[in-house]
Amino acid sequence: MTELAANDPLPKPKRDIAPVLLPVALALLVIPLIGSTSSWLTLTAASLAMGMMIFIMASGLTLVFGLMDVLNFGHGAFIAVGAYVATLVLAPFAASIQADSLWMNLAVLAPAALLSMAVSGALGLVVERVLILPVYGQHLKQILMTTGGLIVAEQTLYALWGPQIIPMPLPASLRGSFILGDVAIAKYRVLAMLIGLAIFIAIQLVLNRSKLGLLIRAGVENREMVEALGYRIRRLFLGVFMTGSALAGLGGVMWALYREQVHASMSDDLTVLIFIVVIIGGLGSIGGCFIGAILVAMVANYGGFLVPKLALVSNILLMVAILMWRPRGLYAVTSR
Amino acid sequence: MTDLLKLSGVHTHIGRYHILQGIDLTVPQGQVTMLLGRNGAGKTTTLRTIMGLWQASSGEISLGSERIERRATPDIARLGVGYVPESMAVFSDLTVKENLVLAARDGPLDDSQLDWIFGFFPALRRFWLSRAGSLSGGQKQMLSIARAIIEPRKLLLIDEPTKGLAPAIVMALIECLKEIKRKGATILLVEQNFFAARELGDNVLVMDNGTIVHRGEMAALAADVPLQERLLGLSLETHQ
Repeated sequence: MTELAANDPLPKPKRDIAPVLLPVALALLVIPLIGSTSSWLTLTAASLAMGMMIFIMASGLTLVFGLMDVLNFGHGAFIAVGAYVATLVLAPFAASIQADSLWMNLAVLAPAALLSMAVSGALGLVVERVLILPVYGQHLKQILMTTGGLIVAEQTLYALWGPQIIPMPLPASLRGSFILGDVAIAKYRVLAMLIGLAIFIAIQLVLNRSKLGLLIRAGVENREMVEALGYRIRRLFLGVFMTGSALAGLGGVMWALYREQVHASMSDDLTVLIFIVVIIGGLGSIGGCFIGAILVAMVANYGGFLVPKLALVSNILLMVAILMWRPRGLYAVTSR
Repeated sequence: MTDLLKLSGVHTHIGRYHILQGIDLTVPQGQVTMLLGRNGAGKTTTLRTIMGLWQASSGEISLGSERIERRATPDIARLGVGYVPESMAVFSDLTVKENLVLAARDGPLDDSQLDWIFGFFPALRRFWLSRAGSLSGGQKQMLSIARAIIEPRKLLLIDEPTKGLAPAIVMALIECLKEIKRKGATILLVEQNFFAARELGDNVLVMDNGTIVHRGEMAALAADVPLQERLLGLSLETHQ
């Protein structure tokens, strides 16, 4: 680094914007392939909405992965539990959900989402204390324990709710689309985008503007040194784990409303996408997770439209391409 | 002179390796005690064991009147122990400012303390808002030390601060540590640079194979070339 004279202005930190440009470039690149502008806009809106929901579910996992070095293969359990808990609130108030009043819909939907987050967060507390705590630092055992935990959670959901798929209809005011010319964008997708964006901004504010956020970012990089500075990182671990679980629960509710159904193994396919997002984003990086989620959703939507036969492997190909470009993910945070 | 830190019969195992094999040492209050020895003698393990980063298998560690060998690292840090590891361990993703904000546990940054630190390490002021990962090795070492002294500490454990640094930066570090010493700090300093050791040390401990093989005054060791050669395998003069 070149030394500066004492009166030289402070250098501005360099910003790595290449990953931010990736989704933009991808979206522009597919315009001529898709052909129709309205189809492109619809697919792009669907990608952004899906990306935001995946981001909400993956953001907790990336912090847990990065900060705690825990391979939580049971993250999907929080997603399913969150969705099932929401049905406990939504089913008895079905009339309010189907009423044609946004406020009446939200009066039921908001408590349902909050309860789902609370239950998923509390489940996170139990999982961290009972399953994770004894196996910190032992990856193989973490995989076994958390996979076992996921199976137990799924079977418990089957036992409590039965094997049938439970319908979860969208609230009446969120049905339908906003029509802009010949483009239709589903109202629920707009809501999903707004919620995802709000959560991303909130997490970024906490991580970058508060001492708690500094601790989390520092802990992702070097847990030992954070402890040597006098901070009890175990409590921070627990708080992050619970928050990640709660966000997964919220993501579960949103995904269930998106698909308008709940079932015990609903998280199985999502878990693969979430892990891809966490890996290509860079372990522990919220910014990387955000961009990764959008990329994964774009590849799924554009790929499904353009080359349906490639849809199943498109995200694996995306992961391979990103890791060949940046082997530690879009924004590498940890040295792991 | 009272002893601030005392280790009695401390053993540390890492996995199946028996690294510290009954360490007995004292660090007098307000003095700089040098911990010297060949590579692999157990110096870094000693500091990490004091800091609680590796648990002592047996033995006693006292800081003042407090027994700390079973305490967790954050509790030991909160008793007033600052630690500068050999790897520097600055948080690369955080700015210089954020690294120091995090180190100032008890509240906002003290401007007068900051000015004092900037006096020694002007680069930290210049790169205040730069990511610590973009600093040079010497600047990272400055930040690592600044982090340890941003608030008053009873005891500083510093592991090879001059390792791999340019001579000019080594001199700046020595001056800084001398100033910290003049302010009455107690320091246990691991160092391979014997010039720095002679400049800073009041007392010296020499380790070999996980035990203390010599203790005395630094000036006496610096004046006794045969003793240096017997303990360290070379003289201080050949390693400046």
